[in-house]
Amino acid sequence: MIRICSTDDVVPGEGLRITSTVPPIAVFRTEDDEFFALDDTCTHQDASLADGWLEGCRVECPLHASTFDLRTGAVDEPPARLPVRAHEVEVRDGEVFVTLSTAVPHLPPGVTLGAS
Amino acid sequence: MNGGPGTVVVVGASLAGHATARALRGAGFDGTIRMIGEEPHRPYDRPPLSKGYLSGTVTDADLSLEGVDEDLGADWILGTRATALDPATHTVSLADGTHVRGDAVVVATGSLARRLPTDLMGVHTLRTLDDARALRADLLPGARVCVVGAGFVGAEVASTAAALGLDVTVVEAAPAPLAGPLGPLGPVVASLHARNGVTLRCGVPVERLEGAATGSGRRVTGVRLVDGSRVDADVVVVGIGATAATDWLAGSGLDLQNGLACDARGATAAPGVVGVGDCSAWFDPVRGRHHRVEHWAESRDRARIAVDTLLGTSTAPPAPAPSFWSDQYGVRLQFAGRLLGHETVTVEAGDPESADALVVYWRGDDAVAVLGMGQPRLFNRWKRSLSALPVAA
Ligand SMILES: Cc1cc2nc3c(=O)[nH]c(=O)nc-3n(C[C@H](O)[C@H](O)[C@H](O)COP(=O)(O)OP(=O)(O)OC[C@H]3O[C@@H](n4cnc5c(N)ncnc54)[C@H](O)[C@@H]3O)c2cc1C
Ligand code: FES
Repeated sequence: MIRICSTDDVVPGEGLRITSTVPPIAVFRTEDDEFFALDDTCTHQDASLADGWLEGCRVECPLHASTFDLRTGAVDEPPARLPVRAHEVEVRDGEVFVTLSTAVPHLPPGVTLGAS
Repeated sequence: MNGGPGTVVVVGASLAGHATARALRGAGFDGTIRMIGEEPHRPYDRPPLSKGYLSGTVTDADLSLEGVDEDLGADWILGTRATALDPATHTVSLADGTHVRGDAVVVATGSLARRLPTDLMGVHTLRTLDDARALRADLLPGARVCVVGAGFVGAEVASTAAALGLDVTVVEAAPAPLAGPLGPLGPVVASLHARNGVTLRCGVPVERLEGAATGSGRRVTGVRLVDGSRVDADVVVVGIGATAATDWLAGSGLDLQNGLACDARGATAAPGVVGVGDCSAWFDPVRGRHHRVEHWAESRDRARIAVDTLLGTSTAPPAPAPSFWSDQYGVRLQFAGRLLGHETVTVEAGDPESADALVVYWRGDDAVAVLGMGQPRLFNRWKRSLSALPVAA
């Protein structure tokens, strides 16, 4: 488990891109003040999901509007076809901790691990 | 349709047709779905054909529109063109002489690229996967490329060819490129060509394509413009727009003036026949008339509304503002809203001249459209605040 950021770093209803991990992850804070973490890069193309639109428990990719489930990373409809990884989140004393998934990430064409 | 249709025939097995089949299953439809497609391919995504697929970063497998474990339980009749529709009996005739009959028909046959009359080798249009493969094979090192038409597909091909290190010229008949879709920002976006080493010539239409005999047949050598000048070229890409693929519906009695006329929920004048995607012109309540849209997002998002229409349900979320994107010269363009002319613009962030900006289009006090250049986060926020009031006639 690693400390990622403070709760105050993430605006309710928005996402924050974290580049200290490989690949980068996105931490989301819902309007209900729940925190979630997904791989930040969309599986379709090189878009940052932290820039996406949050609605309920889903984030819509800012480029072509596939949406991903914040709890599981599952994708709803094209153009993205593959899920992003969901990471376990724990909030303690105003700090956000994440246990990174050990699954293999689905990066979009042209994006390699480590490039951010 | 008492109790809803038992068999739905979908003509056109690409984005809009596939999205409709998905939406039917998503709505719990457990009848038969028959997918008829002229291309031999399973549903695939067209936008990369002028971008990553042409440059080689996107593979055939990446193009699929089908989910990884997706099984729609549909019958696929691929590589077969539909040649006629009898709307009264929901019967579709196929090029092989057979007929497919259903209780409802979804028309999703998309667009056809406009061509220039020529049989010269080296002249391409770009609509299908096979077109993209043929063009890719021609973009050899050292090739001089002339793109006819500075619309989105033409601009993207020019950008991709330039990134491959090729010498590229774009010729455009209109004095100001992209004025229709982007209004006053059209020329700003078109200036990306020159800034990336691509020559853009506007306001001079093409007179003819010129060719010469080679060992394997006559091949293009250049493009002659009406002012007498000539652009030497080994490869010509014709990007002069697309027409609705509704030729096969001639004789159906349906209204095909500019695309298949549908109401604001996809219904045609024939009960049980709906239209979706590029081939259709839905009634646009804001414009107060039928309007054919040729963009990806609409083709996908309207499928759910069309399924509501077929099944007599109302579960689809309201359609979002019309939108499209284009990727050129490393710049991500995103546009949403409707331009009717006479809008004023404000720059809300960044600077359009440096291709990093958020521009809002206004009619009076109403924000009616937004253009993002590399501003996905802001773009998505503005997109949701656009006003979609009917325009007074
Ligand atoms: C190169 C290219 C790049 C693009 N880039 C973008 C972009 O960046 N952003 C964007 O918003 N939009 C883009 N578009 C537009 C987008 O791809 C279309 O809006 C979308 O494909 C429309 O989907 P559709 O299913 O309605 O039609 P299509 O994708 O055209 O599919 C129609 C299908 O029907 C089949 N068909 C036609 N006639 C018959 C018949 N008689 N019988 C049986 N089958 C038939 C065709 O073979 C085809 O497979 C691009 C298009 C192209 C060609
Ligand atoms: S980049 Fe996310 S849907 Fe295309």
